[in-house]
Amino acid sequence: MPDLAPHKRNSLVLGAAVGLIAIPFGVLASTAGLSLAKAMFMSLFVFTGASQFAAVSIISSGGSPISAVASGLLLAARNSLYGMRLSELLRPVGWKRIPGAQLVIDESTALALAQEDDERSREALWWTGATVFVFWNIGTVLGVQLGDVVGDPETYGLDAAFPASFVALLGPLVREMPARIAALAGSAIAMIAVPFTPAGLPILLAALGVIPALLFTRPGGQT
Amino acid sequence: MSWFALIVLAVGAYGFKLAGVLLGNRVKDGPLRQAVQLIPPALFCALILLQTFERDTELVLDARVVGLVVAIVATLRKVPFIGVILLAMAATALSRLIAG
Repeated sequence: MPDLAPHKRNSLVLGAAVGLIAIPFGVLASTAGLSLAKAMFMSLFVFTGASQFAAVSIISSGGSPISAVASGLLLAARNSLYGMRLSELLRPVGWKRIPGAQLVIDESTALALAQEDDERSREALWWTGATVFVFWNIGTVLGVQLGDVVGDPETYGLDAAFPASFVALLGPLVREMPARIAALAGSAIAMIAVPFTPAGLPILLAALGVIPALLFTRPGGQT
Repeated sequence: MSWFALIVLAVGAYGFKLAGVLLGNRVKDGPLRQAVQLIPPALFCALILLQTFERDTELVLDARVVGLVVAIVATLRKVPFIGVILLAMAATALSRLIAG
């Protein structure tokens, strides 16, 4: 582990932290009546934490499968924006895009974009995607099988792991003024939207934060 | 949740990812490229705040904000990645313990 390059080490750290979050997912899935096979199917083939949590909590609170799927898809939509950015940067070709696309999630995108050069970005994307995938699936099985033995994950502050890791990764992404404007405007739009929109929409609306950022770059003639 | 619903969700979720990856290759220089590049900073910053203040489509102030502040301070002080995560978790857990 100490011999690994920092971006690979960070991939493992993030993967392990996210794997712990899969345990409460497994618990929730089994409370919602999902079999081990169904919970595993979700973690293998849906593989987007927020979507999985949303879909399963809707089912467990008595919601319809249609609203569970709709909410899950809404939360999965942002991955297409990440995919676009990563492809625009790394220009992948060939069959590797087929498994690679499945690994495009919040965590892998953040670690990839936090790197200084393309080679490390590519490695961070694959390493983070793969470690999260492995730990996420192990965590899911443990959660379903062990049930509620771990107790409330909030007691351990587990819900703080994800935002904290993104705070640590955000720096390199907001070095330039347009990115800062996009970040601030996107955050403001998302926060304002929370009380008025269904879960999953505020984060998509945050993409509108790029509009003021683009307007800023226009008159000055930068880039 | 039926197998049918699960398969629809899986196909849709993967479809979003693959569509983005395939479309991104065709992005040429221009405003669209700039927009695509600016989206992750916008989304990640919003994610941090939503994960800290959102609860069931409402904004609330709870122990998570302590974790956020600790994460920001730790990052500014150049604490290693794993340290930022563990400190934020510990601070959040401790705040909950104290608040009861």
